[in-house]
Amino acid sequence: MGFLDTLLGRTKPVQPKLDDLFALPSAAVTLEAGAGFRPTGSGSVCFRAVEGRSFADVQRDVQELLDVSAGKEGGLPVEVTKDSYGFTWLVSSRMSSELDALVTDLHAVNSALAEAGFGPQLLCTLVAFRDDQERRLGLVYLYKRGTFYPFAPTGGERRDNALELQVKGVIGTDLKFEPDLSRWFPVWGAPGL
Amino acid sequence: MAARTRYAPDRGLTARMTATMFLLGLVFVAFVAAIVGIGAAAHASDAAIVFFAVVLGGGVAIASLFYSDKIALATAGAREVTPQQAPELHGVVDRLCALADMPKPRVAIADTDMPNAFATGRNANHAVLCVTTGLLRRLDRDELEGVISHEMSHVAHRDVQVMTVASLLAIIAAVLMRVAFYSELFGGGRRSNNNQNAALVMLAVMAVSIIVYAISFLLIRLLSRYRELAADRSGALLTGQPSALKSALIKVSGDIARIPTRDLRAAEPLNAFFFAPAVSLRGGPSLSTIFSTHPSLERRLAELDKVQRQLGQVAR
Repeated sequence: MGFLDTLLGRTKPVQPKLDDLFALPSAAVTLEAGAGFRPTGSGSVCFRAVEGRSFADVQRDVQELLDVSAGKEGGLPVEVTKDSYGFTWLVSSRMSSELDALVTDLHAVNSALAEAGFGPQLLCTLVAFRDDQERRLGLVYLYKRGTFYPFAPTGGERRDNALELQVKGVIGTDLKFEPDLSRWFPVWGAPGL
Repeated sequence: MAARTRYAPDRGLTARMTATMFLLGLVFVAFVAAIVGIGAAAHASDAAIVFFAVVLGGGVAIASLFYSDKIALATAGAREVTPQQAPELHGVVDRLCALADMPKPRVAIADTDMPNAFATGRNANHAVLCVTTGLLRRLDRDELEGVISHEMSHVAHRDVQVMTVASLLAIIAAVLMRVAFYSELFGGGRRSNNNQNAALVMLAVMAVSIIVYAISFLLIRLLSRYRELAADRSGALLTGQPSALKSALIKVSGDIARIPTRDLRAAEPLNAFFFAPAVSLRGGPSLSTIFSTHPSLERRLAELDKVQRQLGQVAR
């Protein structure tokens, strides 16, 4: 925020950074080779819905768009859930081999919201992974920072920090990881994870 | 950025705030000119008094800015809570920080039945956000989120710094007023030559200080009200839910807030002494009840209506 904005008490809503999302498929290959985690095929976009007709229209359009593209390829329709914090999650479920298509889906949601001027409402995107021991792992993309971080819930409100740091090490520079560990905020009970 | 935006700044509010700050600056310049003018006609000892007032007043302001978080937490009797102690509250703050791309403030809870919240700290990295248990009991999740986004907007707008700088003048004027008063009382006898002249100088300093203090006090209150409106606006834009903040404001500011929520048997005896806007939390802006530093409820609701209309529009 600039000096003048501070002085006048204005905040410019932070616009999301969208393009880094496409680094996911290649990072997933590295992750599978290095740690044995495979994509489950489900991913979700989390945003804060704005009250009023305008936002509702945009959200409906996005949903229809994704349903049509999933329907053509025999996929499942998009699932919409609202979590206990009042945030909306659009969950897209694909085959586990279709990570490219999943990322394209997620990006379609982002760009549709940003296009309609609701970019600042985007919170994060989550892509789910699992290994042979059924350990859960999510790679979370923070729109406002344009960075990723791993999130590994272990049941209850606990997370496996060692696994998270290991995943960060395995993927290395394939993804832009969030350097500030205090921003690796948990998303307990995230749909699709 | 080519993306269309529906978050246009409120020009009227900006203009009024600029005018207020300009007036404050004007008073400051006039004050300095008057003191320098008086000082030129006076002795070195009187100039030293002015210098002393500036240093003392400035020191107090800087110290209160630097320790604002500790002072406010101690005044409110609040304790910091970890994510394990207050997972829901931390969850709300986490998400808002991610949405607004802000560093996460420390989170504290004050155990009183008064619904209130405040944010303070010298900058965003040292910010602390405090809510009372009364607020947590009365508001649902959406309303709580509205209040917290209002407080986080205060942090983003650096309101603690801005208001400290704005009050600097009033603090210096107040110190000068006192010093002039006491030197008039006790210092008069020690002057031998131009006793008359020195007494007049001190009287003039006192008069100027009183006037400056009164004017700047009113301007600071005005500025504070505008900044509350600005924080309401930014907070509502951040969550996209102006109506949640509106209903929180009604619950917190209205008569409903005076009705206790805690069981009579569990309430501490001390709570009986709390009166509606009893907790005056200096050192930080707060979402409090009827305060002269805060705009009226009607005004705030009307401004939030504007945000609501703006969000419902088709993007330009």
